[in-house]
Amino acid sequence: MITHLSTPVSKEEIIKLKVGDMVYLSGKIITARDRAHMRAKEYIRIDKKVPNEFENSVVYHCGPIVKKKNGNWKVISAGPTTSYRMESLEHELIQRFGIKMIIGKGGMGEKTAKALKEFKSVYCSFTGGTGAYVTQNIKKILNVEWLDLGTPEAVWIFEVLDFGPLVVSMDSHGGNLYNEVNKKVIQNYQMILESTNKY
Amino acid sequence: MSLKKILEDELDDLIKLAVTELPDDVEQALKNALKHEKTEIGKMNLRIILENLEIAKTKSLPICQDTGILNFFIKIGKCSISYDEIYKIIKNAVKRSTKNIPIRPSVVDPLSRKNTNNNVGEKIPHLYVDFNSEPYFEITVFPKGAGSENMCKMFMLTPHEGLMGIKKSVIETVIESGGKPCPPIKIGIGIGGSSELAMKLSKDALLRPLGKNHPVQRIASIENKLLKMINDTELGPMGLGGFVTALGVNIEYASCHTASLPLGIGMQCWADRRATMRVYESGKIKYLSHRRAGH
Repeated sequence: MITHLSTPVSKEEIIKLKVGDMVYLSGKIITARDRAHMRAKEYIRIDKKVPNEFENSVVYHCGPIVKKKNGNWKVISAGPTTSYRMESLEHELIQRFGIKMIIGKGGMGEKTAKALKEFKSVYCSFTGGTGAYVTQNIKKILNVEWLDLGTPEAVWIFEVLDFGPLVVSMDSHGGNLYNEVNKKVIQNYQMILESTNKY
Repeated sequence: MSLKKILEDELDDLIKLAVTELPDDVEQALKNALKHEKTEIGKMNLRIILENLEIAKTKSLPICQDTGILNFFIKIGKCSISYDEIYKIIKNAVKRSTKNIPIRPSVVDPLSRKNTNNNVGEKIPHLYVDFNSEPYFEITVFPKGAGSENMCKMFMLTPHEGLMGIKKSVIETVIESGGKPCPPIKIGIGIGGSSELAMKLSKDALLRPLGKNHPVQRIASIENKLLKMINDTELGPMGLGGFVTALGVNIEYASCHTASLPLGIGMQCWADRRATMRVYESGKIKYLSHRRAGH
């Protein structure tokens, strides 16, 4: 199924999404990768305020290339980064901020999968390495927070139009495309080992 | 014109070429991959990859936002230039490129994690230098992103694990990596040598273009068999299932200690970026990686 969604994304819209669906997303998304996740977790611990944009957000695992021109930031390249590095931190952020959707590449682990199910959120994959492609979908940089972390690690707030096709790969019902593929891959590997004369 | 002057003039362009356009062999391999892929999600990912390449080329934008750490591989033939001169030229070109292209400042202190903001840091960019007696100077820019670099692995196998141990270690590394290194990947393998040499050989293997087997037949045969095994896992583009998991497997080897079997596994994403330029004694410049580029 192909769905066009706009932010803020509602809980009902998230629940409807199933593994294998395609999403085109419009509206506001925020980037967060290693350092932003670490800082958000630390701020939760010491009860310090994080930027409002985290609440009910769509989080994009991305460290963009940006350039400042005439005082304004411009996106040069902004594809997804490997999500797995955020695995030990993401579930806490989903719980605390009610993150509705995570966009990244490569999938995440069981802690995140559990949080997606419990707090009704979804993980979508976008093709890795496609930094130039995504610039077509980013209409504007609305704001930037935590720029002291450096441009790749800062929290960029993007306005996007029809960002996609995003593949729903971990849904709010426990569906997990990466696990399905992995199961098949392990079976195939066993067959490869048993038929080494073929290779 | 002196080699020094040529490098000063040309290196910025070479770096820009490396991050905005894939080498001819890689672009062709990705087009072939789309022909062979059968799953809908796999085909869709490959179509986005190919569209991304066109946008990057047309608009002169970095293909991927992770422009990586810039590694330089140099072959010094019959030419007179000092290491200090080369390194200074490279450092300056990297700093300028970070600002001008721009590429992403991705170099940090390993402990404080403070970004240098210019892609130059302690021992980075790194230069790998080989000497030969050819009548030219050759330089390859090899931007290496972290998605694939984080998946590289080193094994010290026992001699009795042998070739089967090598094959299993490679396939298991690919399976464990899943979608993280951005498949369809290229795999560079270093067999033998010592721990550090096996890893260096794996990078040398990655530098060899796709579709060019090792000149030694028994090594070439392992390359082809491993590629088939990896694709038969059906991990697929971006690890979402499909028939094209790897674009190629390249192996380099060295003799090793009778008690050792070192194995270095180098992973490279589909955005297998590199640009190679040769400067002849006459001052003539030739690009080896990109047919349409330059001179």
